[in-house]
Amino acid sequence: MSVIEVQGVSRSFVVRRKVGWLGRERETVHAVRDLHFGVERGEMVGYIGPNGAGKSTTIKMLTGILVPTSGRLTVAGMVPSTQRTALARRIGVVFGQRTTLWWDLPLRDSFDLLRRIYRIPDARYRANMATFTELLDLAEILDTPVRQLSLGQRMRGDIAAALLHDPEVVYLDEPTIGLDVISKSSLRDFLRETNRERGVTILLTTHDLVDIEQLCSRVMVIDKGSLVFDGSLDGLHALGDARRTLVVDLVEPGEPIRSLGADTVKVEGPRQWLTFAADTSAAPLVADIARRYQVADLSILEPSIEDVIKQMYTRTPREG
Amino acid sequence: MRATVSLWFAVAKRSFRRYSTYRAATLAGIFTNSVFGIIICFVYIAVWSENPGAGGYDAKDAVTYAWLGQAMIMTVAVWNGGATDDLAARIKTGDVAIDLYRPVSLLGWYLASDLGRALYHLLTRGLAPTLVGAALFDLRYPADLLLSVQFAIAVVLAVTVSFGVRMLVSASAFWLLDDTGVKHLAAIFAMFFSGLTVPLVLFPGWTGDLATVLPWASYLQVPADIWLGKHPGTDAWAALAFQAAWTIALLWLCHLVLGLANRKVVVQGG
Repeated sequence: MSVIEVQGVSRSFVVRRKVGWLGRERETVHAVRDLHFGVERGEMVGYIGPNGAGKSTTIKMLTGILVPTSGRLTVAGMVPSTQRTALARRIGVVFGQRTTLWWDLPLRDSFDLLRRIYRIPDARYRANMATFTELLDLAEILDTPVRQLSLGQRMRGDIAAALLHDPEVVYLDEPTIGLDVISKSSLRDFLRETNRERGVTILLTTHDLVDIEQLCSRVMVIDKGSLVFDGSLDGLHALGDARRTLVVDLVEPGEPIRSLGADTVKVEGPRQWLTFAADTSAAPLVADIARRYQVADLSILEPSIEDVIKQMYTRTPREG
Repeated sequence: MRATVSLWFAVAKRSFRRYSTYRAATLAGIFTNSVFGIIICFVYIAVWSENPGAGGYDAKDAVTYAWLGQAMIMTVAVWNGGATDDLAARIKTGDVAIDLYRPVSLLGWYLASDLGRALYHLLTRGLAPTLVGAALFDLRYPADLLLSVQFAIAVVLAVTVSFGVRMLVSASAFWLLDDTGVKHLAAIFAMFFSGLTVPLVLFPGWTGDLATVLPWASYLQVPADIWLGKHPGTDAWAALAFQAAWTIALLWLCHLVLGLANRKVVVQGG
């Protein structure tokens, strides 16, 4: 059985809008509609979508602080909204833009409070603290009040806090937001290791596609409340009709190159850019050009996942 | 059960420590309380010299009452503040979602936190100005050990009653998003009906009768009357029972309101 099961889950909100002086208008907003997915134990799944697509709404329903309007949803065999307290002991959450730590207290005190809240056995607590202190480099900041921590330090503290009680499932809502490149990279290393060593199931929302590329074998894309893609990263690449780009440096500037199925999109002196379908091989094209032109250099640019997703967002028709 | 008690104790301890980090604010507050204590003493001395025995107090009672008032202002958080303000702020920012999903009682958490704060304020903003008052004026002290113990219980219950009221005020933010207006209104009621401006014993006729049964009487009038020995014998226990009754009623109401708030957030989506 999947550790997270979501079957036909929808969530709508009734929004009251002021109209004119006294009038009020009720409007139903569909935050997510008819979501279907399952996550297996030990999976690390990326959950992406533009702002307002329904990512946070989904996470809130998975923690039980929001009930679905319709549909069925279980996490670790429990219904989150009715068994929120019991479930809370088995899941961990990191909200990138909020902190679960106590602002005025040293980091160490936040951990101690969490130990009591989740009733973590002493031996487990000590072992986890030792591991996280080492892997997340917490030793130097344990006695610093949280309000004095940098964003990167605070995020490390928050991640440790979410994992302290050995949750089976962890939701990370934009854990790398606002972090510098080095902090992001060390955080990713830690998450990869946690997922592998502890077998923790991780659902990760992010706007940073490098997170997905480096961590997740599976990615779900949500847009305007609906799941528009669920599959592997390669599958996502294939789905987009993004094109690969061949950059050709000719020995001398010349006419735009004409070749098999490629479009010359830009000419700048001796350098020319040609695009071709992402699912075709570059070899025949390169051979053809090398045969017919005086080529100084060649290079190929792969479509970034970002381009693929950008296309996906713009392709789905807007509703409402 | 033991784990829960130890959690609340840890929360209270952390809260105490948190307030103790703001030393300058504490010192400034002690100075302010002392100055106001002196001013109010002179006013009371003037009133009681014109009208000795007003409200059943003599001048010495009145002067002592003035200092007890200063000691209780921050301890019960007459003008709001304390852990309940944290809740209101967290509702506004949405951080309350984190509180809701934790496997602990919201009410227990904030009560423990507020008790830790109250103890800190009692030991600093309560005790220090009282020492100033004792040095400058002739004060009355509890007649015996029993009265001191009863006074200590009265102070704890004063905090729990005021916590209940403040919690309801803060919880209004679940519906209003901003509790500033409600807070101002509540502060005016609390200042007037706690007896902080004028002892409730001076309220004339039915206003006096009404004021003594409202929850705010628990803030200052009840503890002060126990300290001054105005509740002889079993009357002191009755006064404590009055505070306990309001504590239970208010905490129960808080429990209901937080339940509704929880439903609102979870079902309607905030």
